[in-house]
Amino acid sequence: MDFSNFLLMGQEIGLIVVFLILFVYDIIGSEKSKDRWFHWVACIEFAILTVWGFLPKPAGEAFGGMFVSSDLTVLMKNILNIATLIVFLQSYSWLNKENRLRRSEFFTITLVTLLGMYLMISAGNLMMLYIGMETASLPMACLAAFNKYKEKSAEAGVKYVLISALSSGVMLFGLSFLYGAMGSFYFSDLTLQVAGEPLTILGFVFFLGGLGFKLSLVPFHLWTADVYEGAPTSVTAYLSVVSKGAAAFALIFVLYKVFGGIEIVWQHILWWLSVITITLGNLFAIRQTDIKRFFAFSSISQAGYILLGIIAANAQGVEATVYYVFVYLFSNLAAFGVISAVEHASGGKTSIAAYNGLYATNPKLALLMTFAVFSLGGIPPFAGFFSKFLIFMAAGSAGMYVLLFIALLNTVISLYYYLLIVKAMFIKKGENDAVEHFSSDIYNKISMLICFLGILTTGILWGIFCGMYFPYDY
Amino acid sequence: MNILSLFVLVPILMIVFLFLSKGMKQIRAIMITGASALLVLAATLVVLFIKERAASPDAEMLFVSSISWFAPLNIAYSVGVDGISVAMLVLSSIIVFTGVFSSWNMDMAKEYFLWYCLLSLGVFGFFISIDLFTMFMFYEIALIPMYLLIGLWGTGKKEYSAMKLTLMLMGGSAFLLVGIIGIYYTSGHASMNLLDIANQLHIPYEHQRWIFPVTFLGFGVLGALFPFHTWSPDGHASAPTAVSMLHAGVLMKLGGYGCFRVAIYLMPEAAHELGWIFLILTGISVVYGAFSAVVQTDLKYINAYSSVSHCGLVLFAILMLNQTAMTGAVMQMLSHGLMTALFFALIGLIYGRTHTRDIREMGGLMKIMPFASVCYVIAGLASLGLPGLSGFVAEMTIFIGSFQNADTFHRVLTIVACCSIVITAVYILRTVGKILYGPVQDEHHLHLTDAAWYERVSAVGLIVAIAAMGLYPSGVSNMISKSVVPIMEKLAGI
Repeated sequence: MDFSNFLLMGQEIGLIVVFLILFVYDIIGSEKSKDRWFHWVACIEFAILTVWGFLPKPAGEAFGGMFVSSDLTVLMKNILNIATLIVFLQSYSWLNKENRLRRSEFFTITLVTLLGMYLMISAGNLMMLYIGMETASLPMACLAAFNKYKEKSAEAGVKYVLISALSSGVMLFGLSFLYGAMGSFYFSDLTLQVAGEPLTILGFVFFLGGLGFKLSLVPFHLWTADVYEGAPTSVTAYLSVVSKGAAAFALIFVLYKVFGGIEIVWQHILWWLSVITITLGNLFAIRQTDIKRFFAFSSISQAGYILLGIIAANAQGVEATVYYVFVYLFSNLAAFGVISAVEHASGGKTSIAAYNGLYATNPKLALLMTFAVFSLGGIPPFAGFFSKFLIFMAAGSAGMYVLLFIALLNTVISLYYYLLIVKAMFIKKGENDAVEHFSSDIYNKISMLICFLGILTTGILWGIFCGMYFPYDY
Repeated sequence: MNILSLFVLVPILMIVFLFLSKGMKQIRAIMITGASALLVLAATLVVLFIKERAASPDAEMLFVSSISWFAPLNIAYSVGVDGISVAMLVLSSIIVFTGVFSSWNMDMAKEYFLWYCLLSLGVFGFFISIDLFTMFMFYEIALIPMYLLIGLWGTGKKEYSAMKLTLMLMGGSAFLLVGIIGIYYTSGHASMNLLDIANQLHIPYEHQRWIFPVTFLGFGVLGALFPFHTWSPDGHASAPTAVSMLHAGVLMKLGGYGCFRVAIYLMPEAAHELGWIFLILTGISVVYGAFSAVVQTDLKYINAYSSVSHCGLVLFAILMLNQTAMTGAVMQMLSHGLMTALFFALIGLIYGRTHTRDIREMGGLMKIMPFASVCYVIAGLASLGLPGLSGFVAEMTIFIGSFQNADTFHRVLTIVACCSIVITAVYILRTVGKILYGPVQDEHHLHLTDAAWYERVSAVGLIVAIAAMGLYPSGVSNMISKSVVPIMEKLAGI
């Protein structure tokens, strides 16, 4: 066996090292030192891994084409790393107040799911993709049920694991069709053979159902709101950004590399999927009274926008999608930073009504939340405007003006419900149970600062961010 | 640095300083300094522009400069002005300046002025941009602060109005963005620059046929095009004084300017073929807005519907597609901007004292606050087109221009639109007679004070501008009509 193959897996190995250090520290460290240092060590270690990820990495295929590494996969993993780091920073209050003894579990389980997502992105073989997805899904159920004595959290875990198992089954079923039709799981073989035979298309549809579950596309979205509501806030943040981003990235590779030959077919399917995903996500978001459910539906509609980039089926679409996820990470995590801060300061309130009059008591948090929802809604000068524009340009480059128009009308609906949050914070007056002025912990402050800078700079400096990683020609 | 970029830089600096400021005095100092700087800048620009224009009479746009921003999609921060944009910049700076004085005593002044500056940033940025993306971005920047400005500092059913206004305008911008993306790709995705697209590239007619209506509608929503004008009365009535001024005075002009600069300039064939549909709609706007104003009893609603009528006239004139009418359209934008701002400033002043805007509850204000009342009369006369004030010049030019189209369709519409002048006289004179003259309706009103000095600054500033335009129209119209020529050449080339 040629061990040089492992050199290509730098990021995966780095992740495992981080995992092992935390694991060993958890076993040998004294309770006192862990109380004091564990969170710090975890964040610093992961920050180092994140920064290290940006150094140049070798590209190529390993293990006979099972594992693929390229500049693009490295970039995608880096984006996931940044998001995970922010989630780690945000989890401090929650872990150290409520789950002091199980804090290491959160980190180790999260890192395992992240490893699974790395493998999904780097897969060069459909089986590898499947294994990555399972590695990412099963521990995720543990995370969702992390507050196991809370009914809703336990319920979230069960729902997640059941639906995840079902969708894996459906996906495997699809994979078996594909294997039956083409006799191989390797992307490189499949690319050559894919043609519009009914069996292939059937297999593809089942396969898409499995990934659609991870991306929470309508009609595979039914778990989303309940799990987002029940899971601890940091886990919800992780689910809504990292898990979704990884699925979107994996979808790009599969669609472009494997099913490039039946572009017309999947463009047609994605067209409808994105229309119903955006529209239904938006319409349901309007009616929510719980902020976590609210962001669940908001993230469903955001997934629909991500499809808009993928559907273009060209390099511009890839760039737009990756950039969209990158910007979405900052916007959504900024919102979740505020949510978890408010939740811990107010003793677990997550209703939208709890945000009434937040500007009067906590102006900075309210402003950050405003920036975050404006960015999610695509209002300039925040980053979301630029990323949405790129996504729309990608759809425009494919000539899908009708889809573009439907998506744009949906941004108006989405603006309506995002403005409801702004209205609650600025215009409505808090009742006597309003959240009082408080100061959040230093970790969360850092996370929110990162998100704030991200929202402000990644948009205006988009030329720089995109120029670093993508060739200037489409 | 390009002088045009200063128009964006000054509001940004104002925002930064406001963030750091403490206390009402500092805030006022920052706002007055900034707004005066913008005013001086606009005056300087006019002088430089005239000089530069004399030096290079053939250039379409002056002070052009461009910084690449996002190379893969040919997006650049490109600026440049012609006579029309200069006129709009002057108008905006006057209204931003007077608006500051009209919002002298605000609660939460710091936040208020922050959003106010953001709004002006968007407005100025829009008028200087000649890149489609940059233009659209500034357009959106100008829209969103309205929500909080109305929702927080407004009066009446402010939350409803704020939401309605924001969503309708955002709906318009959804149309607009489809149009912009369509323009970019159908013209061969080579440039986002307006001048390049107009002069070097060409949008095929089968695409123009759908992009033109979409774009025109997108801007038209902001220009209060019937039937998408309904945000305007509610929004204006609920907004705080300075925001109504800025919104009716400047923001609605973004719509007219955009229709002119993007929809018609880039797609002359479609404008020629399909313009008649919108011409009917704008004709309805003109007459319907005036009739609606007649039956209103709330001062702000009267003025808001009058804005629908007058802004309808702007779009109406643009669609007449000849030089005189288009020149008139731009003059109408200027004139309406100034006088509607004056109206809203005075209504704010009166409402701040009487706490009612219902004309049935007011009367005899001429004796109580003579200064404000005289100003109101002047604004009213300007609005109904008294010679010597700006309204007359603008409407005269428009109707002469419209009548130059020889066919029956255009002439009939022109005559119908002309009727709005009479109706305007009805509602203006009725309001003036009711609230300024006659018996005092409420005894408490007898103890009210006349305008304070800052309100006088605001009113006098606007009246001077209105009179200046009315007395020396040729200066303005020369500057504008030269800039209409490139579009006329495009239209003639069909």
